[in-house]
Amino acid sequence: MAKPVESEEKSESFDLDRIRKLLQLMEKFDVSEINLQNDDESWKIRRGPRVANAQPASSPGYAMPTMAAQAAAPTIAPAPLAAAVPTGVTINAPTVGTFYSAASPEDAPFVAVGTVVKPDTVICMIEAMKVFNSISAEKSGRIVEILVENGDAVGFGQPLFRIEPA
Amino acid sequence: MPSGKLRKTLFFLRLRHMECACYFESPARQIGTPKVQIQQFHVFRFLNGYHMFQRILVANRGEIALRIIRACRELGIETVAVYSEADRGAHYLQLADEAWCIGPAPASESYLQINRIISAAEIGNVQAVHPGYGFLAENAHFAEVCRSCNIEFIGPPVLAMQQLGDKVSAREIAMKAGVPCVPGSDGLVPDVNEAVKVADRIGYPVLIKATAGGGGKGMRVAGNEISLRAGLQAASAEAEKAFKNPGVYIEKYVERPRHVEVQILADNHGNVVHLFERDCSMQRRHQKLIEESPAPKLPEEVRQRICECAVNLVRESGYTNAGTCEFIVDKNYNFYFIEVNARIQVEHPVTELVTGIDLIKQQILVAAGEKLPFTQADIRHTGCAIELRINAEDPENNFRGSPGTITKLRLPGGPGVRFDSHVYEGYTISPYYDSMIGKLIVHKPTRDEAIQCMRRCLREFVIEGIATTLPLAKRMFNHANFVDFSIDTTFVERTF
Repeated sequence: MAKPVESEEKSESFDLDRIRKLLQLMEKFDVSEINLQNDDESWKIRRGPRVANAQPASSPGYAMPTMAAQAAAPTIAPAPLAAAVPTGVTINAPTVGTFYSAASPEDAPFVAVGTVVKPDTVICMIEAMKVFNSISAEKSGRIVEILVENGDAVGFGQPLFRIEPA
Repeated sequence: MPSGKLRKTLFFLRLRHMECACYFESPARQIGTPKVQIQQFHVFRFLNGYHMFQRILVANRGEIALRIIRACRELGIETVAVYSEADRGAHYLQLADEAWCIGPAPASESYLQINRIISAAEIGNVQAVHPGYGFLAENAHFAEVCRSCNIEFIGPPVLAMQQLGDKVSAREIAMKAGVPCVPGSDGLVPDVNEAVKVADRIGYPVLIKATAGGGGKGMRVAGNEISLRAGLQAASAEAEKAFKNPGVYIEKYVERPRHVEVQILADNHGNVVHLFERDCSMQRRHQKLIEESPAPKLPEEVRQRICECAVNLVRESGYTNAGTCEFIVDKNYNFYFIEVNARIQVEHPVTELVTGIDLIKQQILVAAGEKLPFTQADIRHTGCAIELRINAEDPENNFRGSPGTITKLRLPGGPGVRFDSHVYEGYTISPYYDSMIGKLIVHKPTRDEAIQCMRRCLREFVIEGIATTLPLAKRMFNHANFVDFSIDTTFVERTF
């Protein structure tokens, strides 16, 4: 399936544009792997679905978190916190991991904007080390805003939902 | 959530200091659609033919976290830092490429939480974890978990860590390697009567030690049979509580010894070298205060033998990466093996300065599979380096911890001065972790010059807002016995 892609440029180093072009070419021609050599430095770029620890065994092809979400985060504490700090009462992540808004790809999300929750209502799952933790609201109220996206990486204490307490 | 629509996904690929933006058209992520393709690019960087890590998670805090971040930056490796709520906002976190909060302030709920550290490693997309010192650095289970999740643990193999971490099996390995050990029980003492038999054989006073202990914890001196019987019970109970292992063994108590340790480094290709010794006899309650290299007033022949023994021990145990073999030296220059610290240590800068070798970088390179770039013959010892640990403790009040905010900070400088620390003016020291706020290390051609330099630095050093051990340091560096090096591990406690 993969077509070989020849790189004809002889540049001194692996600069930005070249890498960008390479990645685009890889995607365009459905290339899965490229090996590049430049003196004593070499690069290997492999393209493919993430052989993820995060993937649930029961549902292959589940929407997996992209590297984009993490890689786009700024150097300081993760972007969601650096951005507008949500006011009001929030439900925060009790652990570190990947946020999932539903039990599986086939299921509907646990909650949506407007859902009324009680302390024991399961509102999301956070996956850590292949273990999916069901997270309960621990509060009563109505969901006003969902602050993270399905598949986002979340840190301890990160606000996940904004609620209007009941 | 939009469904069925194509969405452009902005994809940032960070390559060292470069950023590469690639736009792709991919189906929207949606729940309920089994066939979703997310473009994932795995970029492996090779240097000199060896697979080098792209990203490392720093599983620690404070000055050692900063040290590791610095080494990674110089190697072109990205870092992911972790922090507890108490460390939120610390400046060194901004020097990492990413930082994740892993829990509330107490270490047991954050820096010791293996599952959270691994989660952070997974979402941070790292290939390796550097544990620093303390916390999980000598936790074999943590090392195992890392490696089983395909994340390299920058440290020794699990088996070597376990065998050398257990004091009794470490002694066995030492004896096999021909390394002299303190006379003692060969193994754990099963009961009090056995212990008494051993003590009668080797002679009082004896030292009761916990096999799972470390850092000076879990030790008791017994001067006679009565105190031995009483002490054993208590020591065992303490060990159970602190280390979950009640096993204790007996050693001859060497009175007023010096503490001399050897830094070793081993790669995964069978190469083992030593980076000479450090003398850490200036201690208080088994906590080191001052460390220096070379060990003063140590005959060259003894020094060579201690270093050789350390190398032999490491070879025998199959240990790789950085580590330290600790010995005690009696007044007749007989030396005895005590234990191995299977991690990088606080006082590693002393060795870095006298050998010119960056130990943290070497740890990372070794873990990535590289061969040591030097042989034993290439390693030279130059000058004298002395390190002073600076703690947020009040020496006038029994060294009570002094958390608080640093309102004024002026650091010493000039030739031969290195200050390894994460603190800055305005930094708040919290009560949750150890009290060390920084290490001041000087390096000069001779010991006299190094001491003069340290005295100068202590005059230049200004810190306000918290109590520190700096006043004690001034007294130590002016004490005739220290200058003359007529000291042993009990000196500080007896004198100050």
